[in-house]
Amino acid sequence: MKVQLSGISPEELSELITLIKGAHGFDFSDYGKASLTRRVSRIMSLKKLSFYDLKHMLVNNSGFFQHFLEEITVNVTEMFRDPSFYRSVQDLVIPYLSTYQHVKIWTAGCSSGEEVYSLAILLREAGIKQKCFIYGTDINTEVLKEARKGIYSFRKIKSYSENYALSGLKGSLTDHFTIMYDAATIHSELKQDTLFSVHNLVSDGVFNEFQLITCRNVFIYFDNPLQERILELFYNSLAPHGFLCLGSKETIRSEMFRKKFKVINSKENIYQKIGA
Amino acid sequence: MALDNEILQRWQKAEVLLIGGSAGSFKLFFSVVKNIDADINKIIILIMHRKKNFFSEIEKLFAEHSRIYLKEIADKDILQKNTIYIAPANYHTLIEKEGYFSLDVSDPVWYSKPSIDVTFESAADVFKERCAAILLSGANQDGAEGLLKLRQCGSLTIVQDPTEAEMAEMPRSAVELDAADFVLKTEDIIQLIRT
Repeated sequence: MKVQLSGISPEELSELITLIKGAHGFDFSDYGKASLTRRVSRIMSLKKLSFYDLKHMLVNNSGFFQHFLEEITVNVTEMFRDPSFYRSVQDLVIPYLSTYQHVKIWTAGCSSGEEVYSLAILLREAGIKQKCFIYGTDINTEVLKEARKGIYSFRKIKSYSENYALSGLKGSLTDHFTIMYDAATIHSELKQDTLFSVHNLVSDGVFNEFQLITCRNVFIYFDNPLQERILELFYNSLAPHGFLCLGSKETIRSEMFRKKFKVINSKENIYQKIGA
Repeated sequence: MALDNEILQRWQKAEVLLIGGSAGSFKLFFSVVKNIDADINKIIILIMHRKKNFFSEIEKLFAEHSRIYLKEIADKDILQKNTIYIAPANYHTLIEKEGYFSLDVSDPVWYSKPSIDVTFESAADVFKERCAAILLSGANQDGAEGLLKLRQCGSLTIVQDPTEAEMAEMPRSAVELDAADFVLKTEDIIQLIRT
């Protein structure tokens, strides 16, 4: 196998960012450069595109841009990723949600929906699913179509069963799916009261008030100032004492927001909005 | 090959030490950690293949035997000298040129997450000749291409002698790619760490 030394230079990357912003309105300037560089270089090598070709395609071929967007925004997700996180939600968050008449939840950066359905399963097992509504948002329209369908390959669902078992839930993950050949379809009652729609964390604003926001393994792609801007958005989108759950390696670094959120579980990065 | 002047000089210059390993590398990782001096004056980054959901006691064990601060990497941690960083399971670890880590959950590389290639390639972009990297035992080819890129960018690249590695595949792949400046015996690797 040959090593691709070239990839894309920092100057080329910033040229590309400017071009995408102008042509398509997506702003990647505050994304972490290391991952973006790797993703773009990967697309160029897979599609055998020179930098010049890539720019040309991005401007003149809108279908290609959708594909490009899917490739550079990482859409890898799992059901019940980090089982210890789901155990903490059961122990620390669900009892609080149970006290509400109606619960609104926002999963930001939901990709193909695995985390939304993991939460739906968790809420149903806790007996409070009927009073919850889960919004799943992503910047990527293609993955949202997958999320709405709720159909996954059986092989994938099986690969999540270890996560499920470790998350402390009864039965097995496949209990929540209808299996036909290799297609595993999430049960329709779990799809009820979920809504998937486009939302760009970089440019879109508050659209509702939530008791719980989960945004896991999204911040890792953003630099610190952008993380802070999105924390502001989450803070303004949370009801008083609402919960914010970040990924297991993502912490609130901003001094200002450390004062506005109480740490509920420091290992799982579960936070609670202080006062109003 | 013993430790000659060239290797020692380049080692002294390296501000960053990367070590990658997989199956069969644990013992050597452990002796490396034990032998790192408190004043090594380098940033040390360990990339070990590990299973997700397997909350090993590796950090705890290593920290107990290390003379310098050791931590599992969290997103946006700032790279600091005299610290040992361990790449977390189920993420790739990347390095930003501003001097902090970024994590990434994209697909495994060589069935591995963390992938040694991903961190090595990212470090090559940032550190170039300010970097030394060692590839240890392992049962797949992860790390070889990344090591080659480091070498091409001027980093000092070292491979554990495949005949001494518990699993030869990983170091052998790197040697076959011509990614190694030096192939060292296990005892020489330890000696180098101690200089």
